[in-house]
Amino acid sequence: MRVVFKTSYDRDIDLHEHGRSRARIAVLLAIMIVLPFLVGDYYLAEATNTLIWALAGMGLMVAVGHTGQVSLGHAAFLAIGAYADSALMNTGLPFLVSFPLAGLVTGLFGALIAVPAVRMSGIYLAIATLAVFVIVEELVIMLEPITGGVGGIMAPSISILGLTFDRYAALDHFYWLCLAVVALVTWGYANLMRSPTGRSFLAVRDSEVSARALGINVTRTRALAFGLSSGVTGLAGALMGHYIGFFNYELFSIFISINLLLVVTIGGLGFIQGAFLGAILITAVPQLIAILRDNLVAVGVDLSGVPGLDTMIFSLILICFIIYEPTGLYGRWLKIRTWFEVFPLARRDMFRRQKSYLKTERMK
Amino acid sequence: MSLLEVEDLAIHFGGVKAVDGVSFSVEKGEVFAIIGPNGAGKSTIFNLISRIYQSTLGRIQFDGQDITASRAHDIAGLGIARTFQNIELFDHSTVLDNLLMGRHTHRRTNFVQDILFLPKVRREERQHRRRVEQVIEFLELEAYRKKMIAGLPYGVRKVVEIGRALATGPKLILLDEPASGLSVEETRDVAFWIEDMRRDMGLTVLMVEHDMSLVNQVSDRVMAVANGRTLAMGTPAEVQAHPDVMAAYLGTGAAA
Amino acid sequence: MELLQLVIGGLANGCIYGLVALGFVMIYKASEGVNFAQGDMMMLGAFVALGFGNSDQMGLPFGLAVIAAMVLMFGVGWGVERIVVRRIFGQPQFALVILTIALGFVFRFIAGSIWGFTPLVLETPFAGQNLRGGGIVISLADLVTIGVTLALTIALWAFFAFTKVGLAAQAASQNQMAAYIVGVPVMRINSLIWGLSGAVATLAGVLYATRGAIDPNIGLLGIKAFAAAVIGGLGSLPGALVGGLIIGVVEPVAGRYAPGELAKMSPYIIMLIVLVTRPGGLFSQIQMKKV
Repeated sequence: MRVVFKTSYDRDIDLHEHGRSRARIAVLLAIMIVLPFLVGDYYLAEATNTLIWALAGMGLMVAVGHTGQVSLGHAAFLAIGAYADSALMNTGLPFLVSFPLAGLVTGLFGALIAVPAVRMSGIYLAIATLAVFVIVEELVIMLEPITGGVGGIMAPSISILGLTFDRYAALDHFYWLCLAVVALVTWGYANLMRSPTGRSFLAVRDSEVSARALGINVTRTRALAFGLSSGVTGLAGALMGHYIGFFNYELFSIFISINLLLVVTIGGLGFIQGAFLGAILITAVPQLIAILRDNLVAVGVDLSGVPGLDTMIFSLILICFIIYEPTGLYGRWLKIRTWFEVFPLARRDMFRRQKSYLKTERMK
Repeated sequence: MSLLEVEDLAIHFGGVKAVDGVSFSVEKGEVFAIIGPNGAGKSTIFNLISRIYQSTLGRIQFDGQDITASRAHDIAGLGIARTFQNIELFDHSTVLDNLLMGRHTHRRTNFVQDILFLPKVRREERQHRRRVEQVIEFLELEAYRKKMIAGLPYGVRKVVEIGRALATGPKLILLDEPASGLSVEETRDVAFWIEDMRRDMGLTVLMVEHDMSLVNQVSDRVMAVANGRTLAMGTPAEVQAHPDVMAAYLGTGAAA
Repeated sequence: MELLQLVIGGLANGCIYGLVALGFVMIYKASEGVNFAQGDMMMLGAFVALGFGNSDQMGLPFGLAVIAAMVLMFGVGWGVERIVVRRIFGQPQFALVILTIALGFVFRFIAGSIWGFTPLVLETPFAGQNLRGGGIVISLADLVTIGVTLALTIALWAFFAFTKVGLAAQAASQNQMAAYIVGVPVMRINSLIWGLSGAVATLAGVLYATRGAIDPNIGLLGIKAFAAAVIGGLGSLPGALVGGLIIGVVEPVAGRYAPGELAKMSPYIIMLIVLVTRPGGLFSQIQMKKV
């Protein structure tokens, strides 16, 4: 077991408690940076996709994992981000301006929705976001001049300081762009969670009434969290638009919302790392299924005629996680790590979940 | 002038008059206890002062300011902190984080500064941490600093909640049954802490409590309530000797 | 006259939303959980009835096929509670939301693998029969839908208001631990309610199928039914029906007098308005949590 001797409060305030975890992150980042030189275009494209999903996952994690606001409508924010970015670029703005603006627009929209929605709790908020999703989807179809309606639009090609970041012309550049955005957002997110703002999010999640008694304005905190959440998701949407190239409203279906929920739940609610693990899973599983399918064809079983198999397998994975490991992949990893750290002292019931009973929110 | 003045406070839930015209005032530096049978309206009075409930009638004044219409999240900033009868901690955070959450009213940074973690944020964090460490030392919570609330024993959680209230740096602290569910030893600790809060920190304490030994030991004045009304007010001995109070507790007919 | 015609069609449509919404409300009343797979259970129920009843499948008489489907779907609902839902007992509401969404996909996959994704028509005795009077045409299917819905709503309401099991179910939802202590078999009641909601969903599915072809994606109607349940207040059975009727009527009327996209949005806009103005729904039971 590793014991960290602390000699100043800064040890707790710093992002990393000890040098080794800082070194680990540095190595990981270095590998990510040189990745384009290591793998071919196919896998680089997959890596880019994973980064974008991780970004969107982080967005949803702020809301679901850290403030306890379940959203079934985050695909709407992806859509708003994508369309806003493309529309702004089409007016002649450079990507460096349009991209943050797209995030800001989406964030403001999210916060605007959150203000009336904060009066709702749990299930009602989930439903309201679902409704917002449907409304946004229809609005996208209606606003044909901006969105191309049902036909869709082509995301403009990105160039920064004369350098092209087009997804097809220069995939490695686009990959680095996504990596930079993800790294920056992750850093900001980690900062947020070690500061008063992040703590107020957790407070609102765990006990609204005592958050209030401590002077936390619950409405404002929730709206801020939801705004940040949708803003980050909007950024991911903008990147997703550029990644796909040509897209219409169908790219941002309700299934995307659900996949995003999958990312945060399977990854591990309440952990930034969870968004990454979930994103890896959700982009890797279809590949694995495809490989499996090919192998099965070789032995005479043809599954290609079964539509919806991917979703089905995702659903089963999700069900298993909720039942057997509600803390997600990251939670499981923490347990494994602890098991090794205290080896051979781990006890069977060390990680036993506490029994809890549902209490009503009705007062009758 | 008194620190807290409550005049003719009343709240009606439908036809039920949970609190029905209660008046009292708490002087600065005083330990004031509210006693009464279950359902007498004690916790409701607390919820009214911390503005979780909207009073039907009456007035609440704190430190010369009318707070009858203040918003619940503005109360802490004025210097009123509280604990809850059924412990309302942030279960999935550590003891340290719970106490740091108590520093919310003292934050001087906004979320943009927080995201960028500017040097100012770090300076503030150190400041908050120093204050929280004082509370940890006072309540002897050192061993639990990095422990999750969810895994802590009941008695410790009770103390953490008091700590969180203290971390806000209040003038008045409302303790809702601080000794309920505690062992004799733990109750004794609570009694010492209440004494220290008053003597060393200059706090004013308003508490609801059933444990009469604790009430007798620490409180200057006691108010007995039943059915939402004041039965008696005075020193602990006076109130306990009051015939109405004895009737309410022993249930010998209506207060004849 | 045209408006009246629209309203009558809308009422019948609204009854189906209402029936699916009833399923939501039943489960909510019993466990304060929300079953997002309710729409997909409706879909599956319709397909099972089709499997029993259609002449090219098992070919049972219509009535028998419907009853058999209801029994089978009661088993499905009951089994889902026993095998899956029970295991997350005590976890936050949100776990159930995600779990049931995933279950919905599983149901859709099952129906798709058995019956395919091309729309199929359920054979019913009242297909194509209309009643005429005063320039208005009412299909028999619409009348049956309205009648069955009304009867079922009243029956379910009576079940919760008067029977021992119904009352116990409500008690269980308000405080599981307390109900458990006073001897309410919380688990058994939950299974029963899930089974019942499966049967109700089947009925809704059959009625839906009397009005058009079905495919595995009709379960998405659940979202609209959900809006209905919320408009009425999640805890109120008559509320669910009223919510369903409101949506059912507003949709075609908006479709007639406003752009198509607006008509599609209308249920959700109504729902948002209700949520913002009366967060607990029109027939609200929700109040503040006690501290």
